[in-house]
Amino acid sequence: MGLLSVVCVSLFFSSTFAVDRGNFKTCDQSAFCKRQRALKPGQSPYRALLETLELSDSRLTLQLINDNNKVHLLLELYRLQGNMTRVKINELKPLKPRFEVPDVLIAEPPTEPLSVLSKDDNGVVLSLGAENQRLIVSARPFRLDIMEGPEVLLSLNSRGLLAFEHLRLHKDTLDFSLPGVEHVYGIPEHADDLKLKTTDGGDPYRLYNLDVFQYELYNPMALYGSIPVMLAHNTQRTMGIFWLNAAETWVDISSNTAGKTVFGKMLDFVQGSSEKPQTDVRWISESGIIDVFIMLGPKPSKVFSQYASLTGTQSFPPLASLGYHQCRWNYNDQEDVKSVDQGFDQHDIPYDFIWLDIEHADGKRYFTWDPHKFPQPKEMLQGLMDKRRKMVSIVDPHIRVDSGYKIHNEITSKDFYVKNKDGKNYEGWCWPGNSGYPDFTKPEMRAWWASMFAYDQYEGSMENLFTWNDMNEPSVFNGPEVTMHKDALHGKWEHRDIHNIYGLYVQMATAEGQIQRSGGVERPFVLTRAFFAGSQRYGAVWTGDNAAEWDHLKISIPMCLSLGLVGVSFCGADVGGFFKNPSTELLVRWYQTGAYQPFFRAHAHLDTTRREPWLFGPENTALIREVIRQRYALLPYWYQLFYQAHKTGMPVMRPLWVDYPKDTATFTIDDEFLIGSDLLVHPVTEEGSRGVTAYLPGAEEVWYDVHTFQKHNGAQNLYIPVTLSSIPVFQRGGSIIPRKDRVRRSSTCMENDPYTLYVALSPKKFAEGELYIDDGHSFNYDTKKEFIHRSLTFANNALTSSNLCPDCNFLTSSWIEKVLILGASKPSKVLLKMDGKETPVDFEFDTSMSVLTLRKPGMNAGADWTLLLQ
Amino acid sequence: MTCLHLLLTLVFAVSLGTPVEIQRPRGVPLTKKQFYEESKPFTCLDGSRTIPFDRVNDDYCDCKDGSDEPGTAACPNGSFHCTNAGYRPMFIPSSRINDGICDCCDTTDEYNSGAKCENTCKELGRKEREVLQKMAEITKEGFLLKQQLIEEAKKGREEKQGKVTDMQENKKQLEEKVEALRTVKEAAEQPEKEAKERHLKAWEEQKAAIRLEKDKAKMAEAFLELDDNSDGFVSVSELQSHAELDPDADGTLTETEVQGLMGGAAQVDTSTFESVWTNIKDKYHSESQPEEPAPVETPPDEVKEPAVDNDSEPYPEDDISEEDDEDEDDEDDYHEDDDKAPPTVKTPEKSHEDEEAMPPYDPDTQALIEAAQKARDDFEDSEKALRVMDDQIRNIEKELSFDFGPDAEFTYMYSQCYELSTSEYIYRLCPFNRVSQKPKYGGSETNLGIWGSWSGPENNKYLVMKYEHGTGCWQGPNRSTTVKLTCGKETVVTSTSEPSRCEYLMEFTTPAVCQEPANTEPSPHGHEEL
Repeated sequence: MGLLSVVCVSLFFSSTFAVDRGNFKTCDQSAFCKRQRALKPGQSPYRALLETLELSDSRLTLQLINDNNKVHLLLELYRLQGNMTRVKINELKPLKPRFEVPDVLIAEPPTEPLSVLSKDDNGVVLSLGAENQRLIVSARPFRLDIMEGPEVLLSLNSRGLLAFEHLRLHKDTLDFSLPGVEHVYGIPEHADDLKLKTTDGGDPYRLYNLDVFQYELYNPMALYGSIPVMLAHNTQRTMGIFWLNAAETWVDISSNTAGKTVFGKMLDFVQGSSEKPQTDVRWISESGIIDVFIMLGPKPSKVFSQYASLTGTQSFPPLASLGYHQCRWNYNDQEDVKSVDQGFDQHDIPYDFIWLDIEHADGKRYFTWDPHKFPQPKEMLQGLMDKRRKMVSIVDPHIRVDSGYKIHNEITSKDFYVKNKDGKNYEGWCWPGNSGYPDFTKPEMRAWWASMFAYDQYEGSMENLFTWNDMNEPSVFNGPEVTMHKDALHGKWEHRDIHNIYGLYVQMATAEGQIQRSGGVERPFVLTRAFFAGSQRYGAVWTGDNAAEWDHLKISIPMCLSLGLVGVSFCGADVGGFFKNPSTELLVRWYQTGAYQPFFRAHAHLDTTRREPWLFGPENTALIREVIRQRYALLPYWYQLFYQAHKTGMPVMRPLWVDYPKDTATFTIDDEFLIGSDLLVHPVTEEGSRGVTAYLPGAEEVWYDVHTFQKHNGAQNLYIPVTLSSIPVFQRGGSIIPRKDRVRRSSTCMENDPYTLYVALSPKKFAEGELYIDDGHSFNYDTKKEFIHRSLTFANNALTSSNLCPDCNFLTSSWIEKVLILGASKPSKVLLKMDGKETPVDFEFDTSMSVLTLRKPGMNAGADWTLLLQ
Repeated sequence: MTCLHLLLTLVFAVSLGTPVEIQRPRGVPLTKKQFYEESKPFTCLDGSRTIPFDRVNDDYCDCKDGSDEPGTAACPNGSFHCTNAGYRPMFIPSSRINDGICDCCDTTDEYNSGAKCENTCKELGRKEREVLQKMAEITKEGFLLKQQLIEEAKKGREEKQGKVTDMQENKKQLEEKVEALRTVKEAAEQPEKEAKERHLKAWEEQKAAIRLEKDKAKMAEAFLELDDNSDGFVSVSELQSHAELDPDADGTLTETEVQGLMGGAAQVDTSTFESVWTNIKDKYHSESQPEEPAPVETPPDEVKEPAVDNDSEPYPEDDISEEDDEDEDDEDDYHEDDDKAPPTVKTPEKSHEDEEAMPPYDPDTQALIEAAQKARDDFEDSEKALRVMDDQIRNIEKELSFDFGPDAEFTYMYSQCYELSTSEYIYRLCPFNRVSQKPKYGGSETNLGIWGSWSGPENNKYLVMKYEHGTGCWQGPNRSTTVKLTCGKETVVTSTSEPSRCEYLMEFTTPAVCQEPANTEPSPHGHEEL
């Protein structure tokens, strides 16, 4: 209330106020970036000493020498299973060991044998196995080229920018050339377009996890998380570069076509004379070694699985966490929580999670409850449980330095805090005032942290309480760039070495705690703001403290798309915008957009006026209710996509080019996106919009408007008139999407409800899809194979459900209540074939839209069956 | 799959107490029973289509309006009716049927979900009746109190109006009195002024005569002094010995200059010295008493300083310091805001200046002054009384101008304050004035809004008060408070909250909003029957 919160808020703002750009470094202000960037392409001083070449089954080693200073580097080359190459470069005899990032790779990547095809004084040619792929090591100057047939796919150090600084701290640089590539993506987190821009004349993209107050859009400044993975794409191939380094990193991108006009490019094309388009990428890191994974694709899906094989896949979230989340800084007290919960029921709006921000804890001491505002947390949680709903409480990594606080005392006594350069506990200012920062890089520390989530440790917690890790960049209000001093110590390593992975460890330890408290049975749900490569294994990510502005709504799409491309599918932006008060129109549009993004949570700053969905008049309440209901109806599809992401690494929310890799028109689209392969969404993100133009891809495809079932041809720009109630969504012809159209007050309430199958026929009268069902919350799908996975196929006028996992066992009481076949013709008769029997099924046919509705076929969702249209 | 009971058997108690079975599809209220006849096809209640009756409650939604599935969750827009015997019947959205959560107290919404619901209708009914009864009592008593309040307010209002009328009348008289006293004052001041002027003039004349006398004496003395040779003449040379008389102050008094002073004469006698004296008297130094002219000349240093002080402290200062004694607050303000100088020594020196005090007024003049002063005092007293009365009238008129409700039932809150103490703050509601919040453990009071308006719903705006334009919030709006009024026997602030930042909500009970209880007592029979 009033004064108290003003005090802490002003604390926050006084330390991070003038954020803008002034508070954060540009490349010029970062000594190593400036120095390394000043290196000009040209003759590399590095030379490969071919006589040092050693080849074992799994790796090739070779020394490099810097002819200027005679320092020797050790190059290691690995051919990894699944069409990847790993390149490691370290000093042969470092004066001080360099940090190699642990805990990101899920395992030591399995290798495949390399073989020498030829060798002479100039270099070595190695076979990369399949597809006529070769790796050429040139000796003087040192460079690497990966070739497929006559084509160079990727070159390392072709511009001679490889650099290791030895005497200073351990800065390192390497350049990559991507011949034939004009489109590169990834390296989140930046508030920028999906397609990365060239950085000539500006700052490089920066990767350095920072708590940026009121971040700016459309620039390469660092934000809360970092994933040093870049994808390169053209119509022939998709590749990936994974730069495994957790230190501050800058990425420069230049292109030989960037300056050319479309006309110039056309002229090149017509004259056939053109130099090949090429993108050059330079990575500059402040410390650590060079450890690069080159993922050769060639298909987008292959790159995703390659990256997943290295760092793991998206964790499979509890089904409920795919529902709607209601958050605010802060719900004031238990009464407030109760009345908001009741508000949802009064207005018949579903939700699954209500969230508590920092004010819920006793003096910002996480793992505790404010005794006045939340005196009976279990009573509150039980109240939610009775409604089959859940709660999230915030647990940040900064720990209040307070000898009366159990967590602080235990960390102190176990000596788990990060140290400053003098070896004393590092202290900085954050929400509670003076705070310590637990050293999450220590496995013992993480194990202890995890144990704090046990029900008997985290008093007042229950099994429907989940966790939110905020401020884990880490945010230090009085630190340089609002984060930790680089010379703080994590054991023997400096903070500069590990900075970008700190946030990952926080979420890792928290998720582990949630798993442990249930005896390993229940899936965790943890939201994080900071992240790194591998964070996808631990939960959800959101795009941080955005603002209630139309541009922030727009940017939520490329920001989540970029994350999806590099493994993090469970992404969302604060619906409504965190700072400032949204107009009603913006709020409605944001709900419509958020309902079709993976992580769907409304959130608002302490200083904003209340904005629960029913506070904007009955018409707007109805609009918001409608789109939240659309989300809930589609939960089976979302859940199945997350299962797929978990199994294969395919992103849930995707740029169009992932599914249409040869269609150049899709390469820069980031105002619309696909959910899986089968839903295309073009949110309305312009104020006062009366229409949007959506690109429907696929020359052979048709798309059905999911609201009207109207059919549209692919490969066209379609103008769609819109009103405030419109959210343009299309289902791909050729797909089958299961929905639960009986929307209830939470996803758990819908557990046993029947399915409706939306069969959208392709022009060839074909469609296929999947249905995945399990208990929605436990690991039994994994440990006991307790799930149902069906393949649904419509071909030859028959819709068939067949088992994709015959040795799975799960029983569901859900059944198929309805089948809609879009683009169908009217049958004379419909028969259900099941258990060797045939029974007729009632149907209706809507001739105007060619929609055939099969009435109540009634089979169990886990059964084998066929519906015959005659 | 689904094997649902199509029909629900209800036991309906009629007044005779004989149980009669009435059959209707699950979820259908009695009022709509006639639309669901088992023997006929069912027509959706919106008339959109007709379906065989066996498709009613078959767990598949056929009607757009959801009317074919009153007892299942199949229709997204359907509603389910629970009878809730012993309590209140209600409709719930179809989506709450068999969702594992007990919504109907008679458990009829969870017939196939495995949820373990208990029939709580009787308990709820009892509690509700208790609450209703309590409410009814409160309302009844509150309404009685309200009548009193209205009565008091009416009386109060009449009194005040009467008072205002009386005061207006008195005011007129006072105004007349003021005017009369003004005339009296002016009449008394005229002779006073004349007498004072006379006195002053006489004194001035007297002073001039004395001065003339003194001057003559001095002249004679000077003549004697100057007439060094005592020949009865002052000569040029005799005068030349007084260097201080040098007209051009060049240090030498020449003969020519002396001749100039002497009007061209070589010597003057006592009678002609007069004109010479006029020329020299300002500079002339007596030989015998060289210090003598000093007091007449520029005052020495000790006198100068207070003079400067007097300049910086103009006369009104005296008036203020007189007031200071009367009103200490004013004094504080005055010194803090305007007068940073330390107190200065003043009056004692001042008296030195007027060496020659004016002689006291003669008794006649004194009498005139006293008479005038009395007239002035009388006038000022009456004027002050008029001002006070004006204020009183204005205050009462302001009070009378407030909207204290249709029957002025909120009048009694005016100029009252009601407090609520929470764990951190003391909240203070002063109706029609302001709302404030004061930290319990030190810290200054925060204004949460000043009286804005009644802002309840259209049908009764007197259920909500709005206080606005309180202290500004950091980076936010000005604080404001919404006060919700409910019927209660006592006038109490029952709760406060801050649902949105800097927007406060207060619950406030008062008899003033108690509605007249319905004439027909809430019939217990009706409730029992259901």
